[in-house]
Amino acid sequence: MVTSMNYPRIVEVKEIVEEAYDVKSIFFSQRGLKKPKAGQFFMIWIPGIDEVPMSVSFIGENELGITVKKVGEATAALHSLSVGDKIGVRGPFGNGFTLSDGDVLIVGGGIGIAPLYPLIMDLLNTTDSITVVLAAKNNKMLIFLDKISNILRRECDSLVVVTDDGSAGLRGLASDIAAKLIEEKSYDHIYMCGPEIMMRKIFDKAEEKGVEVQACLERYMKCGIGLCGSCCIGEYLVCKDGPVFNSEILRKLKDEFGVFKRDSSGLPIEFSS
Amino acid sequence: MNKIYGIYKFKRGKDVGEFGMVSLAVDIAGVRLRNPTMLASGILGISGKLLRKVAKAGAGAVVTKSVSLRPKPGYLNPTIIEVDCGFINAMGLPNPGVDYFMKEVVIAKEGNVPVIASVVGERVEEFVEVALKLEAAGVDALELNVSCPHAGAGLIGQNAELTYEVVEAVKQKVKIPVFVKLTPNVTDITEIARAATDAGADAITAINTVKAMCIDIETGRPILSNVFGGLSGPAIKPIAIRCVYEIYRVVDVPIVGVGGICKWQDVVEFLMAGASAVQIGSGVIKGLSIFSEITEGLKCFLEKKGYEDINCIVGLAHRV
Ligand SMILES: Cc1cc2nc3c(=O)[nH]c(=O)nc-3n(C[C@H](O)[C@H](O)[C@H](O)COP(=O)(O)OP(=O)(O)OC[C@H]3O[C@@H](n4cnc5c(N)ncnc54)[C@H](O)[C@@H]3O)c2cc1C
Ligand SMILES: Cc1cc2nc3c(=O)[nH]c(=O)nc-3n(C[C@H](O)[C@H](O)[C@H](O)COP(=O)(O)O)c2cc1C
Ligand code: FES
Repeated sequence: MVTSMNYPRIVEVKEIVEEAYDVKSIFFSQRGLKKPKAGQFFMIWIPGIDEVPMSVSFIGENELGITVKKVGEATAALHSLSVGDKIGVRGPFGNGFTLSDGDVLIVGGGIGIAPLYPLIMDLLNTTDSITVVLAAKNNKMLIFLDKISNILRRECDSLVVVTDDGSAGLRGLASDIAAKLIEEKSYDHIYMCGPEIMMRKIFDKAEEKGVEVQACLERYMKCGIGLCGSCCIGEYLVCKDGPVFNSEILRKLKDEFGVFKRDSSGLPIEFSS
Repeated sequence: MNKIYGIYKFKRGKDVGEFGMVSLAVDIAGVRLRNPTMLASGILGISGKLLRKVAKAGAGAVVTKSVSLRPKPGYLNPTIIEVDCGFINAMGLPNPGVDYFMKEVVIAKEGNVPVIASVVGERVEEFVEVALKLEAAGVDALELNVSCPHAGAGLIGQNAELTYEVVEAVKQKVKIPVFVKLTPNVTDITEIARAATDAGADAITAINTVKAMCIDIETGRPILSNVFGGLSGPAIKPIAIRCVYEIYRVVDVPIVGVGGICKWQDVVEFLMAGASAVQIGSGVIKGLSIFSEITEGLKCFLEKKGYEDINCIVGLAHRV
């Protein structure tokens, strides 16, 4: 009836990389899994603990990676894994990003850079220029800085680092810096992932200037396959119709996008800035 | 029991000509459906906007997620897993609680098809309180979920007296039609169906999921966090057909068949077993177009067989 990817494949942790004090990347073999696209996600099962959604942050020849920020029980359990430990991987799920050409702006806030990293790798082949805004609260929470500066090798590409407190790069909010760039330059396309209020502000600015965006969203996931409705936003399901939504759909989601999400019971929780 | 042998409405071989002349409308205890397909409880039905979307996609009615008095977060993941020919789920009845859900009902109603609210509770009084609130919110009918195989409330539907008590209590208080959804996890489903109808149930929905589990052989662990769950999808269709067939022989109220429906042929089979309408749950994995595809298929089938009205095939398999 359906694809067999909706069953956890048990994989062995091959490598663990510490990206920041509260962020780790976990690598495992792709064997038995369908190759994901940037923006797609896996449901990661830590037996006996929980199963949580994680974007693919590294897509190699035979290896895949996820990048996990420690925020609660399941992510702490992922952080305590050692090489050789086993986890279950279900997926890949969701639509993933659509590649564009021309001059693109990429905005990653905090852990939001995770799904954008494999996207940048792909966009290097299709675009004229890439500007990355890499943002975090402070320099300790900045991740993927080296990785991204290493791949942005073309003359035309640029990297703008932003921290809330100015401990690295520019001081300010990613949304303000991005809005300024959108105002001054003419981008063909914007990709973003990070706090939803940040994305909403950037979307509103992009609308003003008529620039198309793709935003990667999060909602509470249970089934991951479009049955339970837990991940709903408007009439859409983040697990199936998303997690990447383009401007056309975001326009229909104005009362929810950047306004509220739902908890595990389905009750709305407003985003606070 | 006029009904068992009395397929008096059954007309054969009559040429009905135009496609559009075949009537798919059904009436379940006064709830009028433009076609016999409904969305099953627990599938997408957590928000009004999703229910409205399913209605617009062609469902004849929509059933909400089971709603309880207080919000319930549900079990931890994994809550669903695919197995051969179906899914096993143990969501743990997550829902935002009836007070909030009343707002979602208002939006669901914009779909312009009947909205049936699924009610769940730990105690009789909870069923009654939730039922009254949902009635006030404007739902067209209630479906009492006494049959979840992995939650405490599921035990009610395994006991004829408890079922009677819950149904009677709700029926005494509400005016809208009350459906009772039964579990197949019993020795004799007809006993529970009788208890429900004796207590005044206006329709019977059968079946909820079949108690099941699965173990990951690499780690030797049960996969679902709740260990046990409920099997749905094509794997349970023959069980559901048997249940509907058995229930049809003992009750006089309409039956809503559910379990494993993926295509129009499955719906025909349920109707012939005695269901007057059906619900589709796991089949939604194929996309919401399943509702319009099934109604098209039903129309063609009825036309080919020469029936003017879908009600003609209800219970056909019982004729002697
Ligand atoms: C499509 C998608 C992709 C994601 N990608 C990443 C990623 O690449 N890296 C990363 O670090 N995080 C990612 N997340 C967020 C990650 O899933 C949560 O941080 C994680 O589930 C927290 O679990 P916990 O037990 O550690 O925390 P908890 O204490 O349980 O919760 C902390 C927060 O995480 C949320 N959360 C808990 N369980 C879920 C769930 N099943 N679905 C969605 N949110 C949940 C809670 O609502 C809460 O806001 C992604 C989420 C989604 C929906
Ligand atoms: C993910 C999921 C959640 C469900 N939640 C509920 C629920 O809240 N209340 C209920 O009465 N039935 C619930 N069910 C059972 C379905 O309504 C239906 O009875 C069962 O799945 C069999 O139909 P199917 O094979 O078409 O899925 C759920 C089923 C699934 C798969
Ligand atoms: S997580 Fe169940 S529908 Fe998206």
